[in-house]
Amino acid sequence: MDIKLKIWRQSNTASPGQFKDYQVTGITPDMSFLEMLDVLNEDLTARGEAPVAFEHDCREGICGSCGFLVNGLAHGGRHGTTVCQLSMRFFKDGDSLALEPWRAKAFPVLRDLIVDRSAFDRIIQAGGFISANTGSAPEANSILVPKASAETAFDAAACIGCGACVAACPNASAMLFTAAKLTHLNSLPQGQPQRDQRTLNMVAAMSRELFGSCTNHGECEAVCPKQIPIEFIGNMNRDLVRATFRRRREAIVVAGTQRA
Amino acid sequence: MLDARIPSGPIEQAWDKCKFEMKLVNPANRRKYTVIVVGSGLAGAAAAASLGQQGYRVECFSFHDTPRRAHSIAAQGGINAAKNYRNDGDSVMRLFYDTVKGGDFRSREANVYRLAQLSVNIIDQCVAQGVPFAREYGGLLDTRSFGGVQVSRTFYARGQTGQQLLLGAYQALEEQISAGTVRMHPRSEMLDLVLVDGKARGIVTRNLVTGAIDCHAGDVVVLATGGYSNVFYLSTNAKASNCTAIWRAHRRGALFANPCFTQIHPTCIPLTSEHQSKLTLMSESLRNDGRVWVPKQKGDKRQPNDIPEQERDYYLERRYPSFGNLVPRDVASRNAKEVCDEGRGVGPSGQGVYLDFRDAIQRLGIDQVREKYGNLFDMYEEITGENAYRVPMRIYPALHYTMGGLWVDYRLMSTIEGLFVGGEANFSDHGANRLGASALMQGLADGYFVLPYTVPDYLASSTPSKLDTSHPAFKQAREEIAGRITNLLTINGKRSAASFHRQLGRLLWDNCGMARSEASLNHALEEVRKLRWEFWQDLRVVGTGEELNQSLEVAGRVADFFELAELICIDALGRTESCGCHFRIESQTPDGEAKRDDEHFSYCAAWEWAGDGQPPILHKEPLAFEHVHLTQRSYK
Repeated sequence: MDIKLKIWRQSNTASPGQFKDYQVTGITPDMSFLEMLDVLNEDLTARGEAPVAFEHDCREGICGSCGFLVNGLAHGGRHGTTVCQLSMRFFKDGDSLALEPWRAKAFPVLRDLIVDRSAFDRIIQAGGFISANTGSAPEANSILVPKASAETAFDAAACIGCGACVAACPNASAMLFTAAKLTHLNSLPQGQPQRDQRTLNMVAAMSRELFGSCTNHGECEAVCPKQIPIEFIGNMNRDLVRATFRRRREAIVVAGTQRA
Repeated sequence: MLDARIPSGPIEQAWDKCKFEMKLVNPANRRKYTVIVVGSGLAGAAAAASLGQQGYRVECFSFHDTPRRAHSIAAQGGINAAKNYRNDGDSVMRLFYDTVKGGDFRSREANVYRLAQLSVNIIDQCVAQGVPFAREYGGLLDTRSFGGVQVSRTFYARGQTGQQLLLGAYQALEEQISAGTVRMHPRSEMLDLVLVDGKARGIVTRNLVTGAIDCHAGDVVVLATGGYSNVFYLSTNAKASNCTAIWRAHRRGALFANPCFTQIHPTCIPLTSEHQSKLTLMSESLRNDGRVWVPKQKGDKRQPNDIPEQERDYYLERRYPSFGNLVPRDVASRNAKEVCDEGRGVGPSGQGVYLDFRDAIQRLGIDQVREKYGNLFDMYEEITGENAYRVPMRIYPALHYTMGGLWVDYRLMSTIEGLFVGGEANFSDHGANRLGASALMQGLADGYFVLPYTVPDYLASSTPSKLDTSHPAFKQAREEIAGRITNLLTINGKRSAASFHRQLGRLLWDNCGMARSEASLNHALEEVRKLRWEFWQDLRVVGTGEELNQSLEVAGRVADFFELAELICIDALGRTESCGCHFRIESQTPDGEAKRDDEHFSYCAAWEWAGDGQPPILHKEPLAFEHVHLTQRSYK
């Protein structure tokens, strides 16, 4: 098959970018989408042009490295897959495809299709963990976890941190990502002691990183390669309300009653 | 020369004794020491987080954009631990025994015993972190069985155990980053190790966004940079996994042990296209319920469901009645190759065997099969377009894991003082073959429970250094690296690094893959040298060194793979016995199993770099088997 490509080229964060047209030929249906780009890059190298930079690593949909928009759809729009799992058999000879990086203020473009997603790490740093210093853990089976809680936690923990949810959201919101981590940890008995603080801190970190807020479009769930459900955002909001009400208030000090 | 520093006395007490003998660092002094950790997968992230918690100043490096991308994330099946929750006769001794035997008696007993002991602590630690392991209805942890063993000791989180364990370690690491004990350097690739007075004192890195070459000094360096399966180009490893960090350390004096022990995983999706860039593993936990077969007839082109029961050859069940489909990986892989070589392979290329769930679906119901393996079936369908609930999967062996790596002593220190190596990057625990669900166990044992003891012990023996990167050793290393990058960029030939890599991989797979002979290895050596020469004459890297340049990254890694490939072949040539994954066709039993030669090869081969163009020098660490008696492995 022959494919027409329109690819966003940008040499670094500071310089402006633009779309450029390419044509790749001799693509077979058993190739993956990224292998199609490998072929393009071989051609470009042979011609002395800079290959297209795109992030990828495991090429089996688990590491979360890859991701860009294909004709405006994150990861190509196929249900429950990353762009590295896309097979060329889903495309037709002569198709025109526009490839561009995730578009969000919090994800600056580094080069071509590569963006900086370190804002996600900073959200995790704000509270996306259970504090359990090495060596201090109790015997594993002393913590009973109801099967249903373990399943919910797992469904949420399946998030690969690719950023498609942000790219698809009209508000560039990171709420599906953050809600997934909160649902994972807040569903488990081990996560209860830090539940309120974790929720407050991670929600605050989202705003700090310039992500927008959820207005229930549902685009995030539609493109999520791990099919994280939007209900988790509801969990997060409930936990946020709970945490806000349970927040310890400062003790009131009445003048003249302090001990010397 | 090779002193493994194995504690004397009974093996059951060795680790306790070793821990007691270790020197301690006063909590107030810990922040004065800088620990450099390279790699942030299971072993690296766990070690960095744990050392940060103890109060050391940790500098952690990764070439990924975030530690959560490390290839540990792709491990599917599970993690072993001798918890004996199933009451089925498991114990530390049995896990130890299984691992030594599974490794075909080429691992160090004391290390393996410690690994089995620590396995139980790992599960405790991960549960406390919130890793969502599979549960029984009563809320207790569930387990399953795995290749090469007869007990059910594998803990799992659906088919994404590696992902969940890595996220646990990643979250612990991020907590330390926010606490300020660990400083993370993402998108920074280690390109050299710096020695001062014979000790590892720092590294040189390239910033993959700006291209800046930076030096970093510390009191100790820990490498946890994974394995080198990608020397074969096609493997189940992630595309960026590479040998550069350990190879650079090797060139600086760290011995490289058993490089030819490379594991071929039996259950991968067969190769389909010449442009294929990687192979995808299907967890071998599938072999618990799937049955492996090929047609009895050669060249049988019927659809699998049309082939009647009596015309199917369930060759693993036939040849190995007691282990059946659960024989170790090396045995399963070699048998698949044999039946394909006989012309009974299936699929368009003839390089594949069936893994059939028909009987499991009848026995357990489709829902239970879906619950256990759903994501693997989905993944298979995405790639092949076939529904494995209806037609059997097709699988074929692929490169997956490397048991070889930098030589380390019992305390995981390499032959360079102050250079520690953890996880797949070291050689220590799996001998000539790794059992399933043992990689996660070893990575986390090293990261959570071994390095956080042995690194401080090393630090305690010296005062915190005043050394900084203005030392001439850093300047020199930095200049060498900058010169090498300039070389790669200015060859201006015709071929991309990826095309050389593909050719190198094919050469190794054909001549140093599942079956090796003196002739094939000599051929490979000659061809690898030729190709390497060509690489340095005809490489083309477009762009500059002062920008994000993925072709340049690949070129540097491929250059190191060439040198490693040669060492792999030399090691395989010297080891004329077969053992585990290393199968020399000259050395097999009458029924075609790997035949060891304990009299001559009961040692770990540790190679010393002797300079460019010089043959490497072999050092031997003799292996003693006092607790597990040397036997011909039998899974019949």
